Amino acid sequence: MISLAGRDILHDWGKFLLTGIGLGLLIGVTLTMAGVYRGMVDDGMVLLDNSGAELWVVQQETLGPYAEPSSIYDDIYRGVLTMPGVAQAANVTYLTMQVGNRDREVRAMVVGIAPGRPGTPGWPPYLVAGRQITRSHYEAVADIASGFTLGDRIRIRRNEYTVVGLTRRMVSSGGDPMVFIPLKDAQEAQFLKDNDAVLQGRRRTSANPAFSRAGAPGVLDAVIASQSRNPSVNAVLVQLRPGYAAGEVAASIARWKHLTVHTRPEMEGILVGKLIATAARQIGMFLVILSIVSAAIVAFIIYTMTLGKIREIAVLKLIGTRNRTIASMIMQQAVGLGVIGFVVGKVAATFWAPGFPKYVLLLPGDSLVGFAGVVVICALASLIAIRTALKVDPAAAIGG
Amino acid sequence: MTGTGIRIEGLTKRYGEGETAVDALKGVDMVVAPGEVVGLIGPSGSGKSTLLKSLGAVIEPTSGRMTLGDEVIYDDGWRIGDLRALRRDRIGFVFQAPYLIPFLDVTDNVALLPMLAGVPNGEARRRALDLLGALDVAHRARGMPSQLSGGEQQRVSIARALVNRPPVILADEPTAPLDSERALAVMRLLHEMAHRYETAIIVVTHDEKIIPTFKRLYHIRDGKTHEEAGEGLEFAELVHG
Repeated sequence: MISLAGRDILHDWGKFLLTGIGLGLLIGVTLTMAGVYRGMVDDGMVLLDNSGAELWVVQQETLGPYAEPSSIYDDIYRGVLTMPGVAQAANVTYLTMQVGNRDREVRAMVVGIAPGRPGTPGWPPYLVAGRQITRSHYEAVADIASGFTLGDRIRIRRNEYTVVGLTRRMVSSGGDPMVFIPLKDAQEAQFLKDNDAVLQGRRRTSANPAFSRAGAPGVLDAVIASQSRNPSVNAVLVQLRPGYAAGEVAASIARWKHLTVHTRPEMEGILVGKLIATAARQIGMFLVILSIVSAAIVAFIIYTMTLGKIREIAVLKLIGTRNRTIASMIMQQAVGLGVIGFVVGKVAATFWAPGFPKYVLLLPGDSLVGFAGVVVICALASLIAIRTALKVDPAAAIGG
Repeated sequence: MTGTGIRIEGLTKRYGEGETAVDALKGVDMVVAPGEVVGLIGPSGSGKSTLLKSLGAVIEPTSGRMTLGDEVIYDDGWRIGDLRALRRDRIGFVFQAPYLIPFLDVTDNVALLPMLAGVPNGEARRRALDLLGALDVAHRARGMPSQLSGGEQQRVSIARALVNRPPVILADEPTAPLDSERALAVMRLLHEMAHRYETAIIVVTHDEKIIPTFKRLYHIRDGKTHEEAGEGLEFAELVHG
C-alpha cells in the first residue's frame, strides 16, 4: 500500500516545507527556552564545581553566600581548619558589580580569593591563558566571557587591576562572568565608602565623648581604625580530608562555631530550588504557552489542509478506503509537519544559541524529550481534523 | 442478455418519520444485464440521487431487494456485513467530475483500489497500466491529474471504476462537463468497457446529446421507474449527424 500522506506531502512539498519552517522556528524558541533553563542550572553547578569547596561555612541561619547575604569574621577560617576532617579552609567574598576598562563595562561577579596556591578553595581551578594571581594587590583573573584580555587594566571601585589570567565558564548563577582579585582588595571594595562618608563618620566618632576621654587618649584612634577596615568575608570554603562524611563535618562546625554550614547537595538545592526557582517557573510557563501555541498552529494547519480535501476524502471513503487509513494519512501529515518543524527548530536553536547573552545548554536528552513532545502534540492536534474527516459522508461524492 | 448484473425489486426509501416523512423511492424495479449500459433519467427531485446512493450502498433503503450478480445484497436490510468492501470490490463509481486524487499520479489513482483490497503494489499497477492502455491514456500514466485534460481525467476515472472488475458501475452524469464530441467519446468508452468486461453500467444523465446512445432507458419520476426502449444509435451516426 502506498503512503497517501507521503504522496500528499510530496505533491505540495513547498507549502508543507514553508509551514514546517514556520513551526520549526517556534519549536526552536521552545528548545532555546529549555536550553536557557538548563544553562541556568548548569551555571549554578559550574559555580559550585569551580569554587573547589565541599562545605560552605556562612553566617548563621542564612542561605549564603550565593542566595542570601552572609557576613562572617575573616579569622573564623582558622578555627574551622582545626576541626576534624577539614583539609583546607579559605575565606572568600562575592560581590556582583559593574567592572570596566576604558572601552567598556560588564556586569561581573568579583570574587575575593585568599592567598594560597592553585587548588586553594575559591581559586579558579584552571586558566586558559596567563597565570594565577601572585601579588597581594591589583592583579585580576577574569573570565573570558567578560571580554577582557590579558594585560587589560580594569577598574574596580577606586583601584585599577591588571588582568594576568583568563578563565573559561567561570560564571555566577546569574551567568555573570567572574573576576578574581586578592581577598584584601575585595574586602576593601565591599566596604569602601566615599570620602564624604568617611569624613562624616570620623567626625561623628570624634564627637562621641565616650571615645575622647582625657584618661584614655588612644581609644579614639583605635575605634576609627577599627571602623576603617572590613574584617568580614562572605563565606569560608572548606575541603575535606578523605574518608570524612560531609554531613558530619558540617554538623560539627555548625555546632561548635555557631555558624551555618551547607553541603554540596544543600547548595544545589538552594541554587536550583530557590535562587533560580522563579526564573524556572517563568520559563516553564513560556514552555507551556509555546507548546499550546505550537499545538494550535499544527491543529489549524492540518484542519485547513483536511478541509481542502473533503471531496477527495469523500471519494476515498466511497471507493472503500478504511477510516483508519484516512485517519492515519492525516496523523502522518501532522507528525510529518512536526518532524520537519523539530529538525528546523533544532538546527535554528543550535545556530542562534551562542548568540544569546546567557548560556544556553541544549542537552541531547532534552532534544529527545522535545521530539517526543512534538510528535505527541502533533498527533493530538490532528485529532480535530481526523474527527472532521471521519464525519465526511461518502454520499457527498455522489450527486446533489 | 445472459445472467444478472444488478436487479432491483420494489426498492423504497423513506426519509423522516410520521407526518414529515418523505418517500423518495416508492418501489423501484430495474434490471441491468452484464455488458449492458442503461440510462437513468428524470427531473430534479425525482429520486435519481437517492436511487444511486442506495445502489452504491452509501444509504440504506427502507425496503425492497437488490441482487448483485448471483448474490442478494439487500432484502429489507443489508445482507452484506462489510459495505465498504462491497463498494470497493463490486461497485465502480464514475462521477460528474473525475474527482481524481490530486496527489497521486494517474497510475496510482487507478491502482489505489486494488491496493486497498490488498493486492500487491506491483500487481495493482500492472492492472492499472493495462486499463489505461485500453482507455488510450497509457501515455499519461506518470502524469499528475492536474496535467490532464478534462476528457483524459474522465477516462482515468473510468479506469479506476473498472480496475477491480466490478459487476456494476454507477455513473453519475459522467458527461456533464464535456462538449458533445468528448461526451460521445466517453459514452463510447463506457459501452466498449461494459462489453469487454461484462459490466452492467447505469448512467444517470440529463445530457440530451447522449440519451440516443442507450438501447434501454429508465425514467424516474416521483420515486418510481418506468422502463422504455432507447434509440441505441451507433456512435458514428451521432458524431456525423
